Amino acid sequence: MTDLTDLTLADARARLRAREISATELTEAHLSAIAAHNPRLNAYITLTADLARAQASAADAALAAGNAGPLTGIPLGIKDLFCTKGVRTTAGSRILADFVPPYESTVTANLLRDGAVFLGKTNLDEFAMGSSNMTSAFGPVENPWLRRGSNAALVPGGSSGGSVAAVAARLAMGATATDTGGSIRQPAAFCGLAGIKPTYGRCSRFGIIAFASSLDQAGPVARTVQDCAILLRSMAGFDPKDSTSADQTVPDFEAALGRGVRGLRIGVPTEYRVPGTNPEITAIWEKGLAWLLAEGADIIDVSLPHTKYGLATYYIIAPAEASSNLARYDGVRFGLRDAEPNDDLIGLYEHTRARGFGSEVQRRILIGTYVLSAGYYDAYYLKAQKLRALIARDFTNAFAQVDALLTPTAPTAAFAMGEKMDDPIAMYLNDVFTVPASIAGVPAMSIPAALNQDGLPLGLQVIGNSFDEETVFAVAAALERAAGFAARPGQ
Amino acid sequence: MSLDAATVRRIAKLARLHVAEAELPRLADELSGILGWIEQLNEVDTSNVPPLAGTMQMALRLRDDVITDDITGGGRADEILANAPGRAGNFFTVPKVVE
Amino acid sequence: MPYTIEGATGPWEVVIGLEVHAQIISEAKLFSGAATAFGAEPNTQVSFIDAGFPGMLPVPNRECIAQAVRTGLGLNAEINLVSRFDRKNYFYADLPSGYQITQFAYPIVGRGAVTIELADGTTREIGITRLHVEQDAGKSLHDQDPALSYIDLNRAGVALMEIVSEPDMRCPEEAGAYLTKLRAILRYLGTCDGNMDEGSLRADVNVSVRKPGENFRTRCEIKNVNSIRFAMQAIEYEAKRQVRVWEAGDEVRQETRLYEPARGITRSMRGKEDAHDYRYFPDPDLLPLELDAAWVEQLRESLPELPDARRARFIAQYGIPAYDAAVLVADKSVADFYEAVAAGHDGRLAANYITGDLFAALNRTGRGIETTPVSITALRELLALLKNATINGRIAKDVFEQMVETGEMPSAIVDRLGLRQITDTAAIDAAVASVLAANPDKLAEYRAGKEKLFAFFVGQVMKAMQGRGNPALVNEALQKAL
Repeated sequence: MTDLTDLTLADARARLRAREISATELTEAHLSAIAAHNPRLNAYITLTADLARAQASAADAALAAGNAGPLTGIPLGIKDLFCTKGVRTTAGSRILADFVPPYESTVTANLLRDGAVFLGKTNLDEFAMGSSNMTSAFGPVENPWLRRGSNAALVPGGSSGGSVAAVAARLAMGATATDTGGSIRQPAAFCGLAGIKPTYGRCSRFGIIAFASSLDQAGPVARTVQDCAILLRSMAGFDPKDSTSADQTVPDFEAALGRGVRGLRIGVPTEYRVPGTNPEITAIWEKGLAWLLAEGADIIDVSLPHTKYGLATYYIIAPAEASSNLARYDGVRFGLRDAEPNDDLIGLYEHTRARGFGSEVQRRILIGTYVLSAGYYDAYYLKAQKLRALIARDFTNAFAQVDALLTPTAPTAAFAMGEKMDDPIAMYLNDVFTVPASIAGVPAMSIPAALNQDGLPLGLQVIGNSFDEETVFAVAAALERAAGFAARPGQ
Repeated sequence: MSLDAATVRRIAKLARLHVAEAELPRLADELSGILGWIEQLNEVDTSNVPPLAGTMQMALRLRDDVITDDITGGGRADEILANAPGRAGNFFTVPKVVE
Repeated sequence: MPYTIEGATGPWEVVIGLEVHAQIISEAKLFSGAATAFGAEPNTQVSFIDAGFPGMLPVPNRECIAQAVRTGLGLNAEINLVSRFDRKNYFYADLPSGYQITQFAYPIVGRGAVTIELADGTTREIGITRLHVEQDAGKSLHDQDPALSYIDLNRAGVALMEIVSEPDMRCPEEAGAYLTKLRAILRYLGTCDGNMDEGSLRADVNVSVRKPGENFRTRCEIKNVNSIRFAMQAIEYEAKRQVRVWEAGDEVRQETRLYEPARGITRSMRGKEDAHDYRYFPDPDLLPLELDAAWVEQLRESLPELPDARRARFIAQYGIPAYDAAVLVADKSVADFYEAVAAGHDGRLAANYITGDLFAALNRTGRGIETTPVSITALRELLALLKNATINGRIAKDVFEQMVETGEMPSAIVDRLGLRQITDTAAIDAAVASVLAANPDKLAEYRAGKEKLFAFFVGQVMKAMQGRGNPALVNEALQKAL
């Protein structure tokens, strides 16, 4: 029998229901794997082993009683940006190092409703700001993948670095993640996983620690497209507690997996052919298009003319919103208070925030404060909102011609810790292919397509129209079948 | 756009972030670099483009005027104060503010 | 005669604009399900949303929006079918999220107007610039501990309307009349209880001075004034202060000031001076607020009668003087009281009793109409006793005083004290006869042509009857006897 941690979520679900395995066994297998590998990977900030065992035992009871939910007994990692009642939630920041929310996020509540088992809280870039997981106050996460013939520790991508490292290393069957400019898709690509950022409004943001409210979306990462479909169906849904939550029924995403792509029009955005792109990336993109063509799709060139302005637009909007969203961390009602003995209130604020936030978060707060400040609002923030309108319009126009778009997920494979660390802009460029879909609010999924010559996974991104995740899943599933990606880290 | 140290000092003050004087020039350089890169947006003529704040194409939903006892309601002073770094009885406390 | 301040360099005009923060009457807060009741134990009416906890999101309360629309309609203002919530960013101990959700660029209500009545009987129109909806902050208590300020967030997130006037007022009296009228309108609408001592109505007063004919000069904002009288006093002090500053050759600095009622002065507020850079931007947690035009029409149709309309109706329906009508409608509960008393009775008499005897009694006893010792039923009975001639007007005044004192019903007082009017002509004739017999000299004078002594005889007869004689019958009997 294979190691239980190697099962896909869908297989585990079937075996649990068939009572071939128990939720307790499954959970224990994962807890053992965590004990063995988490010390190196640092994928989890907080482990909730006791809670997981209790949930697993309840899951076994439910399975025995024949009233299992869609996720009963499935062990998951939860990005430490989702508030979990009674379980410390840090956002990867010193400022929330001891914060225990008395409430549960809607997304995790949905997962619990459906019977999931929570193994622990996964590491992330501080407040989800980063593409490497190097900015976490709880230390970097190591990518379970290594370059062939090298022991150099690689980054897992970010910001959902702990979630992807955990799932890739079999320390969870799937994990929640969030995506503001690529934080699900880029790390999924770096770790050889599938991950979907659904349409903005599909998953409730209630109880997710905000980074940039108009961009933040929750989504799953898992080892297969089907597993993502299963998880997203549980995570998604209308929530009256979130004014931006869409009052739309959640489709059975799994049912879309077998649709195939025959007759679908797949767009190739010409502007994504950036000069100087790594030839391996270009090659896998071409291969992806060839697979879809072979499956009966029509491949059509489309133009998203404002693509090149996506990153700069994003780096105004996201820091602006973040500078305001993070003002609540002031050492008064919760979180760190770290002031000098004689500080007045302003001193308390300034010292607490300077000591509680890491340098990348401070950098973004400063940028965000600047672009909103008197005299600069029009030149930066308003300008970015106008660019946002143009970028969104690009997608609207494209989806008038095609059903989905195919692009690379990231411009490179995973890089080594320490690389790109000195130049913020070089780091920001990681998100060049993922940011436009975030700005437009449309769903986008990364799936592992191949290994590069160093033996590292490369991802392809499928972008769909608003609230048409089903087409995204259909295309992603077809690509997954064609790619036959079976590599796993550490082999 | 080139930021000087004085501007960074003012912005840091607005953001309530303590920045050591010695750090200001480095931060000014770094932020200037990012803002300079952002200014590529000026290539695009947006004079006739309406700004877009978010992508949800719907009107704001409103709630009924009812006192709730779920997570959105009050009556939970203990939980509200449980994480407080400064507390006296049922109050949060901060260093004395002079108005 | 326009109001001016006489400075050493000549007369100065005062320019006043008001920003009124009115707490919206609603069960729950603007963005959460926490209660809004006044006076609860600290932090017991606070949700995680109000306290700005991580991951918390605002969802607006429909009734709060409706209340703002009603108020806009009551101020004859434009209702903006699309408006937006913005964030106003600043750090303060009682501002939990580090920003206030307000409406900066696109308020829900645009231009309107309020008509104010002045003591000399003239009226003026004061422009309303805008009305917007926003959340209140919490409360800081600075006197509980020598080194600490205490924070209570019960008020944080309560819905407010900020009603901004044009700088149309030119003297403290106009500012007072504006606040009085605005408060009356809000109370009529039921959108704000107007209790200034509980802080549900607070005014920020913008004051500047100028030489007649000049453009506006720099203004100062006096924050959080919590009574109409204080607002008027603060304006007077502040205007004189600014005149002194200008005339000393200095510049008035644009700043936030605080009125100290105990000393009767305004002073600069420390700590509010740095960084007025609020970095407003659209709240990304909230979509644009779009109102259904039909819904707004429904609200318009369901508006209650407002003071101006009610005053006009009182004049027409009850035939009372304009001044009395204005006095009665100024307070909705007084106007309601009046109408309940006047129904089926002489409206003028009811108005006289309320604006005269009742107001005097309330003033004397320091009570309001809500705690009046003279109930609607009691006053109606008094009017009925007058109407059916059980008592006369002279006795009624005494009965009223007894009602104020004892709270008894007038009929009980009349019976207890035997005040019933005497209409028995035999008794009256007897009283007349005895008065004439007791005053033979006066009778002689009268018969010699000194006819004004008639009043003397009436008085004597009434006195003999302890004031209870029916005046008409007494007159008649005297005429006959004389």
